[in-house]
Amino acid sequence: MRAEARVVAEADGRGGTRLAVLRGESPLLLRRTGPLVDGWVTVHLVGGAAGPLRGDELRLDIEVGPGARLEMLSVAASLALPGRPAPPSVLTVTASVATGGVLRWLPEPLIAAAGCDHVVVTRVDVADGGSLLWRDDLVCGRHEETSGAVLADTMIRYAGVTLYRHELAVGPGAPGWDGAAVLGGGRAVGTLVAVGADLPRPGIAGPDAAVMPLAGPGMLATAVGDDIRAVAAALGPLCRRSRPVPLLTPASG
Amino acid sequence: MHPEPQHSEPPRPEPPRPEPPRPEAQRPEAQHPEAQRPEAQRPEAQHPEAHEHGPDEVPHTHPEAGVDPHTPLGEGPRALRIGIGGPVGSGKTALVAALCRALGGELRLAVVTNDIYTTEDADFLLRNGVLPAERVRAVETGCCPHTAIRDDISANLDAVEDLEATLGPLDLVLVESGGDNLTATFSKGLIDQQIFVVDVAGGDKVPRKGGPGVTTADLLVINKTDLAPLVGADLSVMDRDAKARRHELPTVFLSLAEDRRATPVADWIRGLVAARV
Amino acid sequence: MSLATLLLLADGRLPSGGHAHSGGLEPQIAAGRVRDVDGLAGFLRGKLATSGLVSAAFAAAACRRTRQWVDLDGGLDARTPSPALRKASRAQGRALLRAGRAMWPIAPIARDPHQPIALGALAAAAGLTPAEAAVAAAHSMITGSASAAVRLLGLDPYAVHALLARLAPECDRIAAVAAERSGDPVDDLPAVGAPLLDIGAEHHATWEVRLFAS
Repeated sequence: MRAEARVVAEADGRGGTRLAVLRGESPLLLRRTGPLVDGWVTVHLVGGAAGPLRGDELRLDIEVGPGARLEMLSVAASLALPGRPAPPSVLTVTASVATGGVLRWLPEPLIAAAGCDHVVVTRVDVADGGSLLWRDDLVCGRHEETSGAVLADTMIRYAGVTLYRHELAVGPGAPGWDGAAVLGGGRAVGTLVAVGADLPRPGIAGPDAAVMPLAGPGMLATAVGDDIRAVAAALGPLCRRSRPVPLLTPASG
Repeated sequence: MHPEPQHSEPPRPEPPRPEPPRPEAQRPEAQHPEAQRPEAQRPEAQHPEAHEHGPDEVPHTHPEAGVDPHTPLGEGPRALRIGIGGPVGSGKTALVAALCRALGGELRLAVVTNDIYTTEDADFLLRNGVLPAERVRAVETGCCPHTAIRDDISANLDAVEDLEATLGPLDLVLVESGGDNLTATFSKGLIDQQIFVVDVAGGDKVPRKGGPGVTTADLLVINKTDLAPLVGADLSVMDRDAKARRHELPTVFLSLAEDRRATPVADWIRGLVAARV
Repeated sequence: MSLATLLLLADGRLPSGGHAHSGGLEPQIAAGRVRDVDGLAGFLRGKLATSGLVSAAFAAAACRRTRQWVDLDGGLDARTPSPALRKASRAQGRALLRAGRAMWPIAPIARDPHQPIALGALAAAAGLTPAEAAVAAAHSMITGSASAAVRLLGLDPYAVHALLARLAPECDRIAAVAAERSGDPVDDLPAVGAPLLDIGAEHHATWEVRLFAS
């Protein structure tokens, strides 16, 4: 299956944000949710089919214009599944954030079901003066299940310079991924990259979590846990917006 | 956006470009080849026969025991570096504190410690030695205190250089080794002179046993003389054995409990500093 | 190529500060994740496949592209989110250069580059190939931690060396992949990370007492 989705958020000129483009196809369906609050617009990814399955090629492009504020969430965890023998499923997410723009990418976790073979390629460009909060959580296998193979390949650039370049490989084919250097038997891992304004404070964020100042202007919080709750406990508080987020009320779209 | 791919390059290194002159501190010290070192400066090849490990040690290897892989320090306008070594509990840290007390007012002084170092130790020096925290650097030794002062001195050299870079010119840097055994000696690539500290409570046979620390140190300090009557140590035996082992090299007896400024050691250092100017 | 020169560069006795670094092992021992040779094996396999591959690729690239050291160094900054690990890498790079300068004429380079950049610079100066630089990098990545394991856990040194022998083919394979990719643009060079190495290094840096610098 191939699918593409695209979101373009622009400042509406009145201190708010409007969605110039909001287009998706199953399984990458997008819905604008909730009213405009404090200039923010919220878009949810709504899973339109099981998957991704091996062989899927999915692409999501996000563009945040100058002064626009976009928050991307998802209604449920995504579950990478084995499917038929085929090349890995690939989800490519690209995002650009213009000067004065803000993007919050806070989807529910990705779950690597046994036998899956999934690649997530993330490429984010933040212009000088743009802000970003980018979270990716991964759960290695469903309950009491061995993990499938996932490669998360992430590059975040700020003002034209590579700020954060990271790959995480788990499951069969990733030697030592459950050893004490990588996940140490932990089944869940989360990362949160913050760039621009409102960076979290560096320090220890839990028994297996830390908030680290990057070499460039940004911060990475990483947490490893036995399950996703441990990761959420460490990273969740760092994702709060300065103002309360409105209750989720999915709109028809 | 991406740099040009390099596939067209042959898989051979590009030739290094000629080097511009480097400051003295960075220049390779190849101008002091090992072969030119006077015979008397070479540590004795005692290893591994004279080897004694502390009770808390685990198996480890000893690179080229007895051979100092580093070339001696170059001459230059830098601080006199004195290494202070000796067995666990012989009073190295107390000696450092005493020397800070005695010399801190007259010399620009800094300390590198290789001991397991805590803020408690820093507080000890602060309280007792009048040495501000920024004048002390701790070096981790990966459970191999003698490696860090003899076989691979890079972390200590970095610490000394960093102290000089942040504090400005110094007259004296004391490098205190982690508590070790009788075979531990400092590399001539790290220090100019070394002091070896033993104590009478370790037994009056220590000087007779020898080992590179006792036989080759530029100054042997026999500490805790106040305990001699309590442990049945005969100071005259220690003195005689030290002379026999060390020939012309000086030995001093000290009780830091009574002489809190380590006067004979401080005087010896004053002489060395004066001789450099 | 000189095999003897390569052995010199890869020798754990090279006075380049390595003995004071556990390569992230000390915090994982403290966390109870490594207690025995099996635990060490899992640690080393993961380390080799992650930071081992990255180090080997950057060492090979630095050996091959001696005019791009600054860009390559920035590439490692972007791949090393932990400030404690960046500090440890630069300290080891500085120490390696100190040793290397005494051995070969090294082209002008920053005072404290990341360790793989320094290693590549030494390899280039010594006339070694990028593939040899990669092997030296991957090899030092596991032998350093293995030696620390012997010292910290009192493991049987023969059992640890038996493990290293079992890992040697994997070390060669990683180095071959690294060398093959060493001509790629900096952003495309390997970037496999190890979350617990990052997290552990940050925790370790806050300890009151530690035996290893990292």
